[in-house]
Amino acid sequence: MSASLQKGINALKEVIDAPVASFFASCVHCGLCAEACLFYTETGDPKYTPIHKLEPLKRVYQQEYTLLGRLAKMTGLAKPVTDDELEAWSELVYDSCTMCGRCSMVCPVGNDLTYMIRKLREGMAVSGHAPEGIVNATKRTVELGGPMGLKWPAVQNVIKHVEADSGHKVPVDQAGAEYMVLLSSMEIVNYPEYIGALARIFNKAGITWTLSSEAFEATNAGIQIGNSDLAREIVSRIVNAAEKLGVKKVLSPECGHAYMAIRWEGPNLVGRPFKFEVVHVLELLDELRAKGVLKMKDKLKTPVTLHDPCQIVRRGGVLNAPEALLKEVVVEFRPMTDHGKMNWCCGGGGGASAIHEPAAEELRFTAFKRKKAQIEETGVNTMVTFCANCRITLEESIDHFEMNTQLLGLTELLAEHLED
Amino acid sequence: MNEMELLTWARGPGLNIAIGLFILGMLWRLVEIYTLGRKKDLAPARNAPGASGWHTVVRRSMPPHGMLKRSPISYIGGYIFHIGLFIVVFLFAPHIKLVDSLLGLSWPGLPSQVIDAVTVVTLATMLLVLFDRINNPVKRYLSTVGDYAAWMLTFLPLLTGFLAVKHLLLPYTTMLALHILSVELLLVALPFTKLIHVFTLFASRWYNGDISGKRGVPV
Repeated sequence: MSASLQKGINALKEVIDAPVASFFASCVHCGLCAEACLFYTETGDPKYTPIHKLEPLKRVYQQEYTLLGRLAKMTGLAKPVTDDELEAWSELVYDSCTMCGRCSMVCPVGNDLTYMIRKLREGMAVSGHAPEGIVNATKRTVELGGPMGLKWPAVQNVIKHVEADSGHKVPVDQAGAEYMVLLSSMEIVNYPEYIGALARIFNKAGITWTLSSEAFEATNAGIQIGNSDLAREIVSRIVNAAEKLGVKKVLSPECGHAYMAIRWEGPNLVGRPFKFEVVHVLELLDELRAKGVLKMKDKLKTPVTLHDPCQIVRRGGVLNAPEALLKEVVVEFRPMTDHGKMNWCCGGGGGASAIHEPAAEELRFTAFKRKKAQIEETGVNTMVTFCANCRITLEESIDHFEMNTQLLGLTELLAEHLED
Repeated sequence: MNEMELLTWARGPGLNIAIGLFILGMLWRLVEIYTLGRKKDLAPARNAPGASGWHTVVRRSMPPHGMLKRSPISYIGGYIFHIGLFIVVFLFAPHIKLVDSLLGLSWPGLPSQVIDAVTVVTLATMLLVLFDRINNPVKRYLSTVGDYAAWMLTFLPLLTGFLAVKHLLLPYTTMLALHILSVELLLVALPFTKLIHVFTLFASRWYNGDISGKRGVPV
């Protein structure tokens, strides 16, 4: 056994807990999880059945933690997990799983398969079987600060432009502000309007806020690749910066897994509760809406539909704010058939969009057919969403299929129509 | 050993051994699974109505939106044979008498004609779900020897019980002995096969509901 494989198996042994054991014991191989997975529904290939993707974790569980499995291992009857197998499983654990969590919603015996995929990735990552694209993104985040290699001077540059365009100041490193705002590199590079939109809304509401030059990046590739050590290092930057500035709250941006990383995994990664509260930008906006601070001067005339990012809605729990906010700013909202916590993934979550091998990209486009059908069913040409990664994935796919669908970010849309 | 002696053994020492092994096996498995424990979740919970482990234990008995249409045989077949098994196992008068003699607990049963009908429907449904396991690409792909063995372990007691009551195929005494032996086999194997889901599914649903419930998502 190679040293890296041993590390991987040890990592798996470490993450196996009572829920994992209970889930594997309960599985009756009914295959219903496949029906909830867009990689199965759009390809019809049974290898994409979620519970099958967990096979290596299941065997490590059985061989290490069950009487019969241990007996089988001792007598040489058990099939050991090998490097070759994990290499083959990389496609199933990363390319064709976005950790969207839909399978966990339907399993009749109640298995949270996504919880287990997250754990399996711990073993995949340390044994060297994660896809190169995510490995590189993680490396850049640890070494340079963000998955796109973006450094603070570049962000400063963007801030200057945003201040000039929006006419609002963007505070930096202001101790004692109520909110410390996090961004995702994707937003800084592709959708800097988001920062201007926030500045406008904060000023309007009279809330103090700041960016931190030490921790502006919210995304956490360590979570996506499934390496808790790296994820902890990345999340600690935010925690240290926020606690140093003494802010009350940290604002998570329109990015799915960033919210997962800081809101739900964060305290568990650093091993203690934070001294600040983590708020998703839509939660803040919805609070302002309820208070009557967020008033619109007009509404978008074209009918729109909404794409719910999995990590913010189904896995993140921001359930009601998105639709409530959207209805403030549009004349007609046509929800998709499966929406809210039962939405279908864009196809690029969980790090999948960082994998650039042709086969993985092709698979993403195939999986997108589900979203395409959903959009077409609503009959609208404008789709709103609130995750920069969903947005990139959706845009790529919309271009690929030459669809006539315009994408809008929810926060930006609100800022554009905000009363002066 | 003639058939009467076989029946006597199955009813007496056989049953005691099987129940003993079943209890030991179940205890072992439950300890093996649940003493693994889990880490405390340090993220501050968000509360939402309907979002908890207990809600999911109940709610997951119903097909989530859109799923019934995607897999009607799994749901409808699943309901019929699970409810059928429950009725036959717990509401057949001789079974109630057996529990009464062992534990002193008793409850009203159903008329034997009703039990007959339910048994036939359950047997037919079990054949249908077996066919579906072989025919459906996902189920076939996932299936192992364990899945077919679990099916057989469940099917045999039902079949032998029906044949015994109806005095079919073999003399009553022999068939009844086979029925009891097949149940004993089921009991001994249950903790070590997927049939353990009868017990663990409640905990699994609870964990799932609890994990999502802390995030304010009713699942």
